[in-house]
Amino acid sequence: MLTRRFEELDEEKVFKDPVHRYVHVRDRLIWDLIGTKEFQRLRRIRQLGTTFLTFHGAEHSRFSHSLGVYEIMRRIIEELKNYVHWDEEERLLALAAALLHDVGHGPFSHSFEKVFGTDHEQFTRDIILGDTEVHAVLERMGAHFPEKVADVIAKTYENKLIVSLISSQIDADRMDYLLRDAYFTGVSYGHFDLERIWRVMRPRDDQVVFKRSGMHAVEDYIMSRYQMYWQVYFHPVTRSAEVILRKILHRAKKLFETGYRFKHEPGLLSPLFRDNIGLADYLRLDEAVILYYFEVWQDEPDPILADLCSRFVNRRLFKYVEFSPTNLERYTELREAFTEAGIDPDYYLVVDSSSDLPYDFYRPGEEGERLPIHLLMPDGSLRELSRESDVVEAISGKKRTDHKLYYPADFIDDLSDRRAAKLRIKELLK
Amino acid sequence: MLEEHAKLLGLIRHAGEIVGRKKLQKMIYILKKLNYPFQEKFQFHFYGPYSEELTLKIEELCNLNLMDELKEEKGGYHQYRYTLTEQGERFLSHYEIDMPGIDALVQTLNDQNARFLELVSTVLYFNNLPKEAVIEKVKVVKQKQHYSDEEIDEAFRFIASLQKAAAETGASSHFHL
Repeated sequence: MLTRRFEELDEEKVFKDPVHRYVHVRDRLIWDLIGTKEFQRLRRIRQLGTTFLTFHGAEHSRFSHSLGVYEIMRRIIEELKNYVHWDEEERLLALAAALLHDVGHGPFSHSFEKVFGTDHEQFTRDIILGDTEVHAVLERMGAHFPEKVADVIAKTYENKLIVSLISSQIDADRMDYLLRDAYFTGVSYGHFDLERIWRVMRPRDDQVVFKRSGMHAVEDYIMSRYQMYWQVYFHPVTRSAEVILRKILHRAKKLFETGYRFKHEPGLLSPLFRDNIGLADYLRLDEAVILYYFEVWQDEPDPILADLCSRFVNRRLFKYVEFSPTNLERYTELREAFTEAGIDPDYYLVVDSSSDLPYDFYRPGEEGERLPIHLLMPDGSLRELSRESDVVEAISGKKRTDHKLYYPADFIDDLSDRRAAKLRIKELLK
Repeated sequence: MLEEHAKLLGLIRHAGEIVGRKKLQKMIYILKKLNYPFQEKFQFHFYGPYSEELTLKIEELCNLNLMDELKEEKGGYHQYRYTLTEQGERFLSHYEIDMPGIDALVQTLNDQNARFLELVSTVLYFNNLPKEAVIEKVKVVKQKQHYSDEEIDEAFRFIASLQKAAAETGASSHFHL
């Protein structure tokens, strides 16, 4: 098998891609990884989870994003060849890690991790190191190659330059998802000049830095992160769908634990509810599976589970008001009023904070906290980006937090029963 | 509501003051590894385990005026000091946080410098490996910090003492070295 280590395909293969026009594959290793069932599964997982309920175009998958990250990495390596020597194994290591960096994502990962404590990074590692097709392909490169790929993705690999190209404050992962998410959501912001950024990249021992003359391209990238966060990733309607999704999972798990007899047994979800999901069971989950359960659970006798599933499937989402969580008295009163109105506040009154969907804004931070973006000055010295860029400094200091209270407005507006309690809720929500 | 935020406020109250974001990050990571119920998700970064979720929660607490962040200039960087505000004290009084023995551990951790806590948290990050492999890994990922063998030994001893203290107070740590 050793002869296949660095094998090239007879002909270059290409994938049409709306963001990069073409994704080029020449290496047998990459082609075979794309063909594995674990990687193909990413076709069935949307890149942006519930965002499609807000931006109907956001149907793109983690499969297309992963190919995009690979393509960016491939092109960066071409650029950096002028400055740094890549031996063939390191080149393939960087490409494989770029391609596989998200392979452990599950359906609606973020909500699942919150509710079940699963960890997609651990599953990525398990897929790369475990008894999988991905592992079998990687192992052809040598016994230690899979572990190296896993270490690059976990950011614990010795070659920090490769690590930083896949995961740092400016990396192939973010470059692809910002452009791809902007394209598919259809928003007009979020764009930046990818090729210009590559051209001003200069490798250092442990990270790439950017020529000062290319600062404006990097500024655009930071602005893209900022705008995409507020306009797309943290959209309040998407958050409403996330809130409902989390509550469905909580409810189903609670029913499962208390011996409820499901009309439609949770089947593939049972290992999650038992807190003992292994790799094989995890790999069977995708969004089609989850949406199937949500569809059939609309007929469950449990009114809360049936209602929440119906809300998600039919997009009858919760409304929201701005809320200061320091007002504990008002929150307590609201919970009481919800209970009086016969609406269980554990499922229907939800405070959602910005930290519930952590997104890494660019932060210069302090020394040793996290590696910031550095500019390479004409005299050869390095300066942290926000020290040089007024634009970046301005948005680095902006308030980035908020808290919202989500609730089912349709329940409260229906005054045909428990009128007094519902009117009190309306008063408190003002 | 905001129970996780309240735990962070409780930690600041025990410490009195924490100087440095990096120190705060590493303290919470270490306490989490000692099995104290902090829920923030950490990933390995250039300087060791780091949680964006935690950074955002701290920012929320500061914006809600429950925690005070004092920014100081230090070399080419900023440094931040964290204390509890009066409003934070009042907010915290509504919560009962059951973390036995955490006050003494917070003091112990707060007495260490950030460099040492970075080493300790990195050792803990690799705690699923045998000791020799941990040392090897620390030397690979922390090449630039040039930790000496003595410092690494000291980190192992420190972790053992933390583990013992946590066990005595009922928090059963879930790592073995």
